[in-house]
Amino acid sequence: MQDDLLNMDCRELRDGIAAGRIKSITVAEAVFERIEQYEPIVGAYITTFKEHALAKAEEIDAQITAGKQVGQLAGVPIAVKDVLCTTFGATTCASKILENFHAPYNATVIEKLLSADAVIVGKTNMDEFAMGSSTENSGLKQTVNPWDTSRVPGGSSGGSTAAVAGRLCFAALGSDTGGSIRQPASFCGVVGLKPTYGRVSRFGLVAYGSSLDQIGPITRTVADSALMMNVIAGHDPADSTSVDEKQAPVCDYLEKLDEPVKQLKIAVVPQFNAGAESQVQTAIADAIDVYKNLGAEIIEIEMPHLDYAIAAYYIVATAEASSNLARYDGVHYGHRSENAEDYIEVYSKSRAEGFGKEVKRRIMLGTYALSSGYYDAYYLKALKVRSLIRSDFTKAFENCDCIMMPVSPTTAFKIGEKTDDPLKMYLSDVYTIAANLAGVPAVSIPCGFDENNLPIGLQILAPAFGEDRLLRIARMYEARTDWHKKKPAIV
Amino acid sequence: MSNFPYKVVVGLEIHVQLCTKTKMFCGCAVEFGQPPNSRVCPVCLGMPGVLPVMNKQAFEHSVLVALALNCKIAEFTKWDRKSYYYPDLPKNYQISQYDLPLGANGFIEIPLDGGRTKRIGITRVHLEEDAGKNLHTAGNFSQVDLNRAGTPLLEIVTEPDMSSAAEVRALAVELQRMVRFLGVSVADMQKGHMRFEPNINLVITKDGSEYKTPIAEIKNLNSFRALERSVAVEEQRQLDEFLETGRVMGMGNKTTRGWDDAEQTTVLLREKEEAHDYRYFPEPDLVPVEMNERWLNDIKAGLCELPIKKQMRYVNEYNLSDYDAGVLTAERSTAEFFVQVVDAGGEPKRVCNLLTQAGLKLANEKVCSVAELGITAGNLAELAKMIEAGTVSASAGNTIMQEMVKSGAAPETIAEELNLMQKSDTGELETIVDEIIAANPKAVDDVKSGGKKCKKAHGFLLGQVMQKTKGQANPQIVSQILAEKLN
Amino acid sequence: MAKKIDQTQVRKVALLSRLELTEAEVAEFTGQLSAILEYVEKMNELDTDDVQPLAHCLPISNCFRADCVKESLGTEKTLGNAPQRDGEFFKVPKIIDSV
Ligand SMILES: [Mg+2]
Ligand SMILES: [Zn+2]
Repeated sequence: MQDDLLNMDCRELRDGIAAGRIKSITVAEAVFERIEQYEPIVGAYITTFKEHALAKAEEIDAQITAGKQVGQLAGVPIAVKDVLCTTFGATTCASKILENFHAPYNATVIEKLLSADAVIVGKTNMDEFAMGSSTENSGLKQTVNPWDTSRVPGGSSGGSTAAVAGRLCFAALGSDTGGSIRQPASFCGVVGLKPTYGRVSRFGLVAYGSSLDQIGPITRTVADSALMMNVIAGHDPADSTSVDEKQAPVCDYLEKLDEPVKQLKIAVVPQFNAGAESQVQTAIADAIDVYKNLGAEIIEIEMPHLDYAIAAYYIVATAEASSNLARYDGVHYGHRSENAEDYIEVYSKSRAEGFGKEVKRRIMLGTYALSSGYYDAYYLKALKVRSLIRSDFTKAFENCDCIMMPVSPTTAFKIGEKTDDPLKMYLSDVYTIAANLAGVPAVSIPCGFDENNLPIGLQILAPAFGEDRLLRIARMYEARTDWHKKKPAIV
Repeated sequence: MSNFPYKVVVGLEIHVQLCTKTKMFCGCAVEFGQPPNSRVCPVCLGMPGVLPVMNKQAFEHSVLVALALNCKIAEFTKWDRKSYYYPDLPKNYQISQYDLPLGANGFIEIPLDGGRTKRIGITRVHLEEDAGKNLHTAGNFSQVDLNRAGTPLLEIVTEPDMSSAAEVRALAVELQRMVRFLGVSVADMQKGHMRFEPNINLVITKDGSEYKTPIAEIKNLNSFRALERSVAVEEQRQLDEFLETGRVMGMGNKTTRGWDDAEQTTVLLREKEEAHDYRYFPEPDLVPVEMNERWLNDIKAGLCELPIKKQMRYVNEYNLSDYDAGVLTAERSTAEFFVQVVDAGGEPKRVCNLLTQAGLKLANEKVCSVAELGITAGNLAELAKMIEAGTVSASAGNTIMQEMVKSGAAPETIAEELNLMQKSDTGELETIVDEIIAANPKAVDDVKSGGKKCKKAHGFLLGQVMQKTKGQANPQIVSQILAEKLN
Repeated sequence: MAKKIDQTQVRKVALLSRLELTEAEVAEFTGQLSAILEYVEKMNELDTDDVQPLAHCLPISNCFRADCVKESLGTEKTLGNAPQRDGEFFKVPKIIDSV
């Protein structure tokens, strides 16, 4: 009974709660029982809010009993990546430098979840400041993949995807700067959507690469992804980079979700896909066959600049990061070194003690790329390459509705397998980075397993602000397949 | 001692704090003298996750100044981050404008002696956010107050077109008057609303060759006096240094010096080796600003006749001295009030005297502008007419004006109440004149003799009559009667 | 082949970044950053002379707010996360003035 409850999707759960068939408190208690049992194995959370969540659940039940109108996520237990500011609990970004930081305000998406009556269960682990592809860079704890606990959950939103896959919550929010929602979603066999840049407010999202970062949902089904988007998408006057709804109106992403896209034209980039492991390639080819059988037309295209995406990304993202992370200096908040003799040492020692290796590496790389004498060769060059990558997408979308490719060249790798070689780790972002550089939306959906029973993800990319069609395309596949219903053994 | 001819070359970097209600990128109030760290929010504190949103008023104020400085207004401008670490800079970068300032290639006319003007080039005008404040007075540590952090700041950079300390001062005063006229800044130097940083060097001719001394930038100037003095002092220091060392301008030998007001000297400030690698790059959290014609025209509607133009017009149109016109146009409201009074029938010079003498004194006492004293233009014109007609003396006029501020009553009423009307009744005055003539035969002789002493004796007799009437006689009429009686 | 970045440069970048590095870290970062930079220079295969740099993907401009006062955070919340405070001020070791 309890397992059935925990395996429901958000929409069913919400409908059941709103109709009074299911008690929100029962759901919340079930989730926390499960957290108590499995969190010591999975390690998905940095903080949980049991008391707070149970109280909120009871409040929602009371409202429903009283016949009051409740929000779109009434009673649904949701986890949020610890990169989002909340007035409750600490906001750590999985960094020692912010271990005790308590934000005095809520991120816009948190306010939206709260007003949709979601029950926020806890804040999930991640690579420190969202820098990484395995969650191994967390300065606070280790998260494992629920499908194989000797493997990474992917990253940087690995805590969120592990929590969703491990039934430690019903849905979660992550953030995606270069694949940080999609890649862990594929590693954990869940649905991860990176919306168009500007679709979801970044206010309260602790910045890594400001021109690339987007918040997005991590769910078990495409419908849940649409439901979450209904809650979080839209213009925010506090975020100058969130797009005006006159320019790009938000819509009800659930409304036409089950309506297949007619005369669907899918583009693939064969020479680019060749870099993936053969089992991944096979799974992607099989997925595309499913679409073909549904009547889709498949075209092969070239996107000549995608090969340069990693190079451009690691300059643009780190340059922005070097500046975004300058504020963590031990002066106004966050960790201050006890060994600082003067105010300069407050900076250099606090930062040396508070940041982990990967964060330091990226700050150094970004600082170098912006420093005098190197700006043109690295930063400016990267912006130009970014421009070429975007025009690859513009041209591609003139001829197709979406592009399909793998999410990651491999399935989940072993913990510690790539930590000694940062470049090798960076190269595993090859398929996800371009969407961030071009600002377009992309989703990862489960599309099979490898020989080790590790999930494989299919990535679908669509034109800017085309989330509604993107989700409908994803749903066409999901409706024909059972991959999303498979559960990790520990569940 | 040598006598090499040289020229001083000065350019200015100016920061003007704009008088908006709120900060540049957040809704915190811009207010002075508030308790430390009480006008701050997550945005201006640079907390994790915050984002800036532009203050439209600040941008429009800046464009207005750029227009007044004859700049070309950028159709497309954007924001950049300037990185450096300092405890009063919460994000450790300042949001500023680097390669695309909102205004460029302008000029300002500054007044020189004798009504002449000089045109000084304006290189660029851009908008940025101010830092907070570090205080070092508490003991063995420093205190940080971030109330000022994020205040909109306009940066103006001039061409190195000034060639004396006096010109530097003239530009500073002219700019202050301009931004006050435009209503975009309180522009109080003591309160740091305006900060001037001169860049100075000399071009020395020696043995037929020109030598340029290394540029020095001077900081910590918080009065016009200090600004002017610092340039003069630095000029001498650079000359002395050149004569002693022969050092000339070269790559990387620009220095920063601080003004020591107590010692009236400039002192070398220590610079960190990496201080100038600001790593500017486009601010990803803000979108660009695109100017269109309609918007620009709306902003242009806020322009007014600029002070220096007004000053020159007052000289020509109202026949005032350059000095008087300058005093009248120091403040826009005073200048405009002057015209209202003249239009109401006041004789320009009389009105000018009333406003710049009694008026400014009263305004200083009440800490307001002359226009805010509560005197109507009509009443003041009336007073000017009374003085002009001799109904009251000029000195009585000042007393009456003081009363007008107090009671708001009409000048005639006050003059009568205080018995300040001048006696113009010829009959009554003749009697007094006769008495004085009878009592001063010596002076009468002197006048009659028509010699050298005539004028002086006439004045003496006039003074006696005035004394006897306690200053209430109309001196012109008395003088007339005296002349008739003694000729 | 010469390293893309040497230890002296790494030290300089660490200073700019306000990161105190151990000698071991300097050596480690020199190797890793060199490898990354060498990879990144792959971008030079592309001729970008006529390409406009793209800092932002958004099609928007002129996002302003009205000049209206919003309530401030309050001194207590402001200083709530401060590592050290002195009354209503943030407290830091003495700043020796330099430019
Ligand atoms: Mg400046
Ligand atoms: Zn603020």
